[in-house]
Amino acid sequence: MDLDLSQRHVAFRDELRTWLAENNPDEALPSMDTAEGFELHREWEKKLFAAGWSVPGWPEAYGGRDCDLIEWLIYEEEYWLSGAPNRVSANGVSLLAPTIFNFGTQEQQDHFLPRMASGEHIWAQGWSEPEAGSDLAGLKTKAILDGDHYVLNGQKTWCTRGAYADWIFCIVRTDPEAERHRGLTYLLVPTDAEGMERRPISRLDGDPAFAEVFFDDCRVSADNVLGEPGQGWAVAMATAGSERGLNLRSPGRFLAAAQRLTELAREVKAASGLDQRRCDEVVDAWVRAQAYRWQTYLTAASLMDGAEMGSEASLMKVFWSEMDVEIHATALRLLGDRGELMDDPTSWLDGYIFSLSGPIYAGTNEIQRNIIAERVLGLPRK
Amino acid sequence: MRFAFTQEQDMFRDAVRDLLADLCPPEAVRASWENADGRVPGLWSALGEMGVLAAMVPEADGGLGMTDVDVVRLLEEAGYAGVPEPLMEHATVAVPALAQAGSPLLAAAIAGESTVTIHLGIGGRFVLAGGQADAIVAERNGGLVVLDGAKMHGVESVDQSRRLFEIDEAGLEQPLVGADLELASDRAVLGTAAQCIGVARRLLDATVDYVGQRQQFGSPVGVNQSIKHHLANVRMGIEFAAPLVYRAAYSLARPDQHDASTRRRDVSMAKMQASDAVDRACRAALQCHGAIGYTFEYDLQLWLKRGWALSAAYGDAGHHRTEVGAALGLC
Ligand SMILES: Cc1cc2nc3c(=O)[nH]c(=O)nc-3n(C[C@H](O)[C@H](O)[C@H](O)COP(=O)(O)OP(=O)(O)OC[C@H]3O[C@@H](n4cnc5c(N)ncnc54)[C@H](O)[C@@H]3O)c2cc1C
Repeated sequence: MDLDLSQRHVAFRDELRTWLAENNPDEALPSMDTAEGFELHREWEKKLFAAGWSVPGWPEAYGGRDCDLIEWLIYEEEYWLSGAPNRVSANGVSLLAPTIFNFGTQEQQDHFLPRMASGEHIWAQGWSEPEAGSDLAGLKTKAILDGDHYVLNGQKTWCTRGAYADWIFCIVRTDPEAERHRGLTYLLVPTDAEGMERRPISRLDGDPAFAEVFFDDCRVSADNVLGEPGQGWAVAMATAGSERGLNLRSPGRFLAAAQRLTELAREVKAASGLDQRRCDEVVDAWVRAQAYRWQTYLTAASLMDGAEMGSEASLMKVFWSEMDVEIHATALRLLGDRGELMDDPTSWLDGYIFSLSGPIYAGTNEIQRNIIAERVLGLPRK
Repeated sequence: MRFAFTQEQDMFRDAVRDLLADLCPPEAVRASWENADGRVPGLWSALGEMGVLAAMVPEADGGLGMTDVDVVRLLEEAGYAGVPEPLMEHATVAVPALAQAGSPLLAAAIAGESTVTIHLGIGGRFVLAGGQADAIVAERNGGLVVLDGAKMHGVESVDQSRRLFEIDEAGLEQPLVGADLELASDRAVLGTAAQCIGVARRLLDATVDYVGQRQQFGSPVGVNQSIKHHLANVRMGIEFAAPLVYRAAYSLARPDQHDASTRRRDVSMAKMQASDAVDRACRAALQCHGAIGYTFEYDLQLWLKRGWALSAAYGDAGHHRTEVGAALGLC
């Protein structure tokens, strides 16, 4: 056990810290879940990419810095602590990219990864359907092979930023005879494909962030299958692992939020005092962020030793999502009557509303607890 | 930057785990509830032979020269096995203090020929195994002393293997010059937190086994989602408490990098999370067992009661939450 940063790590951190201080936007960008904000966030991605900071963990050939897991965690901590914008590229970079690295052909890697890194392709996830939420294997969108194209018919929903994205990674049923987890295929679909229609749906915060996506004889090249046709479930589970574990939600953002929360609490204390209960709530939130940080570093060490992340990712998903709600709920209580104001400059309310979706997306926390019980603890399924 | 234990640390932990499984099975813990001294025959000297009692003493003084990071999981194992001996008190608090002060009591203590327990402000009124111990390392006027020949009377703990004593007359007080009270207190808190983690793991394992076997409505009760979610929550509690315990051990092991207030804060974070984790484990384990868990005969109670005692010992979650709040400038 040695928690000293190596010289290399310190240099990496300092370079990033300096770059962020010099380049972070002066004013917060508008929500990336609106058409305007989406493009401004894309511009930010391009700026990050130009400086080599969009995908530091990737190989240099694709625009990264080949950095190791520890550097990546440092990157995340610095990034969020600096108050830099949200990552509109997250669905691609954090979820799809690891899957492309694992399952993609050389051509797919060479084509998609650099464009994802640069912000040219922003990706959305097209998995859920009106009748297939937690029970994803019940999905019905059909894709029938016709020559060298698949012909898609059906509907996806809750597709975050699907109305603005350039590409959507979908799971579709390529064998209509096969049931449930069989006969599914992981397909990369360009949003300019003919026969695709996208309709925005307003989310709880009022932003048109969700899209319904309709396929009406939509033709997609068979070259865009990721992994083998019919093996879509296995490929999707790799993506889901990234979504639940430390890829999508590293400790950095929660450490930053917990830091902001303690600063708010100190201000409140100075202005009007802090009772024991509020104090305890702030401490709980702060300590949870520390716990998540050190659990992650422990996990990172074992991953670097060659271990694989399995169902344990579900432990992380439940933890970060519930911690995030607690951090934001605590902040709103501290704000008192300001807590309900839509345009309070602290933006805790926006954060709170978003945090409430954490226990729902990426597999609900009820489903995650089932996974923990059955696959981590080994309790009987039936 | 590497937050992980070494292979040697794993091996030592495994060796202690095997020794405890062998010498301190549940029957031995149960027997310690009823026998004269609340101890497990042969265990202390075996721990001495293995070097556990000398772990935290510099090699020059006949010890293993280990740090808090090396021993933290040994205490976790002690919690898991339900060891009723004052192992934390002796090996990770008293012995290092005796070593710091160059006390003549050290040699017998590290060989397992004597037992030294502790009486620190943070630990409250009672002295664990006070009546069995050969000496007591105690807090006095901002420092540490050795009490020799204190007069005490026993009080009964809910965990009857924890033989508690209250001091009536302290007797002779030998100052331990050079021994660090703050470090001793931090180690006692952290060692208690580590044992809480071990107790929580034991309760979880026992309950996972039980709900996989117990049949109702034609299936194991563990198929039911409410049981699953109770136990998933216990696992979560452990998963996100243990790393803070290890992190605090590192703070204590590296005083060059952590000032006293940071160390205390880290230790408080660990105990607060560990107490919460073991409380949650106790509640869920009992609930998932049903009435059998509510009996005196069934072994679950040995760990339930240890869990209750250790959760509160050396500051409960609320106490340490307030400590962290103070460190953050909040309360
Ligand atoms: C903010 C946000 C962004 C999203 N983004 C995307 C996206 O980009 N792409 C995409 O494909 N999807 C996205 N989703 C959809 C998300 O994946 C689904 O909401 C999720 O899988 C749950 O499905 P559902 O909403 O249909 O709920 P349901 O499955 O209908 O569940 C309703 C309730 O029943 C519970 N439940 C269901 N089954 C069980 C069970 N077996 N045991 C116990 N409880 C159960 C659930 O936990 C939940 O509480 C997003 C959702 C949100 C909220």
